[in-house]
Amino acid sequence: MPTEQQPEPATRQSAPAASPGEATESANGSQPTKPMTAPLSDGDAVAAQSPVADRAHEAAANGAAVSQPAKTPREILYRHRLATRVTHWINALCVAILVMSGLQIFNAHPRLYWGEVGAYGDPAAFEIGAYDGEDGLRGVVRIGALEFDTTGVFGVSNGAYGRAAVQAFPSWATIPSYRDLATGRRWHLYFAWLFVINMCVYFAFSIANGHFRRDLLPAHGELRPRHVLGEIVAHARLRFAKGEPAKRYNLLQKISYLAIIFIVLPAMILTGLSMSPGFNAAAPWLSDLLGGRQSARTLHFVAASLVVLFVVIHLAMVLLAGPWNGVRSMVTGRYVVPPERKHG
Amino acid sequence: MAERILTRRRLLTAGGLSIGGFALSGCDRLSQDRSVRGGLSRAEGLTFAVQRALIGRHALAREYSLSDVSPRFPANGTLMPDTDEYQRLLERKFVDWRLTIDGLVSRPLSLSLVELMKLPSRTQITRHDCVEGWSAIGQWTGVQLGPLLTAARLAPGARYLVFHCADNLGGEAYKGGDQSMGRYYESIDLIDAFHPQTILAFRLNGAPLDVAHGAPLRLRVERQLGYKHAKYVMRIEAVRSFGHIAGGKGGYWEDRGYEWYAGI
Repeated sequence: MPTEQQPEPATRQSAPAASPGEATESANGSQPTKPMTAPLSDGDAVAAQSPVADRAHEAAANGAAVSQPAKTPREILYRHRLATRVTHWINALCVAILVMSGLQIFNAHPRLYWGEVGAYGDPAAFEIGAYDGEDGLRGVVRIGALEFDTTGVFGVSNGAYGRAAVQAFPSWATIPSYRDLATGRRWHLYFAWLFVINMCVYFAFSIANGHFRRDLLPAHGELRPRHVLGEIVAHARLRFAKGEPAKRYNLLQKISYLAIIFIVLPAMILTGLSMSPGFNAAAPWLSDLLGGRQSARTLHFVAASLVVLFVVIHLAMVLLAGPWNGVRSMVTGRYVVPPERKHG
Repeated sequence: MAERILTRRRLLTAGGLSIGGFALSGCDRLSQDRSVRGGLSRAEGLTFAVQRALIGRHALAREYSLSDVSPRFPANGTLMPDTDEYQRLLERKFVDWRLTIDGLVSRPLSLSLVELMKLPSRTQITRHDCVEGWSAIGQWTGVQLGPLLTAARLAPGARYLVFHCADNLGGEAYKGGDQSMGRYYESIDLIDAFHPQTILAFRLNGAPLDVAHGAPLRLRVERQLGYKHAKYVMRIEAVRSFGHIAGGKGGYWEDRGYEWYAGI
């Protein structure tokens, strides 16, 4: 089974070109039963013009590809368009910096409230605090009436200078690592703009090139309970799609991408804006809609937690499904379709 | 071919590692780099331009009802100015205190607290948003700044109002950053200065302003964050530019890295 091994280009099963007969088979006679790759959908026809495919044709035409022993053919799919790839990585950079600088900002007042206002002395829905215990500084997280000792991570942790420090989120999670609200805000507000502009570019391209409709919108049959259940079971067993189904996002992938793209990330922007006194003067209704300025701040934190959760699962799935193939496809666009299993 | 792809793989791995390294250690170095700071600061200009275009000159910050007033309005920054000058004024309940309006004005003003209180006043119940993240609602009564500036006759070159305060702030090192001791000051532009809710407040929640909240007079700029709302105002100076004052960034906190435009 080919995984990350790179066969010679001529023996590689490349994506079909305009005239399939020329593209599919190399001069290597040792693999007579080599399967045809399935034709790609219209949006993926670009693969035929990819350099890899071109080289394969050339080599086949020259008859120069017989030197290597045969390897199982690979089908390469041009999976991610340039706009998707570029906006993905800009977004990844923005999210990383926004989360870490956001935690720096949170550390300046590590309490969350519900409603229009809230300050020290008011009851907090969520709080990261510290107190002087018998055995030194202790860090605590309070959620409603629940209290957890989180010394070492939340509340009290090793500071930027190596000593135990009172800080809600630890130094390794914040930008800058030392306490500096002003600089945290500079990073946050700069990358917030980049994030918003990048989102707009992504939305414009994805509407124009059909990415949303073709790749993210669940297909007609996909929402049938039977299919949904099957997907969940397959995920729970960490069985990833092979062959033809691997060319598309699976349903759970589609749903989580749609949720993060259309709900959580826009919620980040709207809850963020609702904390701005300037923006509040222009559009007070938005903060009202969210339950008040402090509610907006709490929701900003909740949505950010969902973003972190998404990133953790996203990275875990990339690792489990084949990190090299996954990362490369988001860099070069080319994705090696995992072949069907031969046995069950 | 195999070599080529391995090279590409190595390249990607190296790229990934360097991004990780950047995230772990580089951000602090970048945070202190002059040109990086300059680059990051450019976002402030964009925010300022967009918010000014979006908000409109006269859009009001929300005003609340008496029942919304926070039972405890936190005080931040200086709670008791320690200069001899201020202590003397406080001892005599500010009867010797005078507000000076000078700089690029053709008729400088000097007003006592009693004189200020006799002028038409405005009472507004607004929300105060601290840059740290908390909010509280208070009822403020004071004199609108706009009419005072009209009375002082701003010179054509005046672009900003600088508020010189009685307090030295500093020693809040636990908040990080460069928070060396310095005289508090702030500045706003003419659009905020002539905004109807921009007042010089001498009452909070119906009582004379207490020392912790800025007695005898503090600025309210309702569409910006709390640090713009200078307390213990002694003098208002009309200037063409604030580049020559203290750190040159237009305010005590601005000189320590915070945005001059604090609308977000």
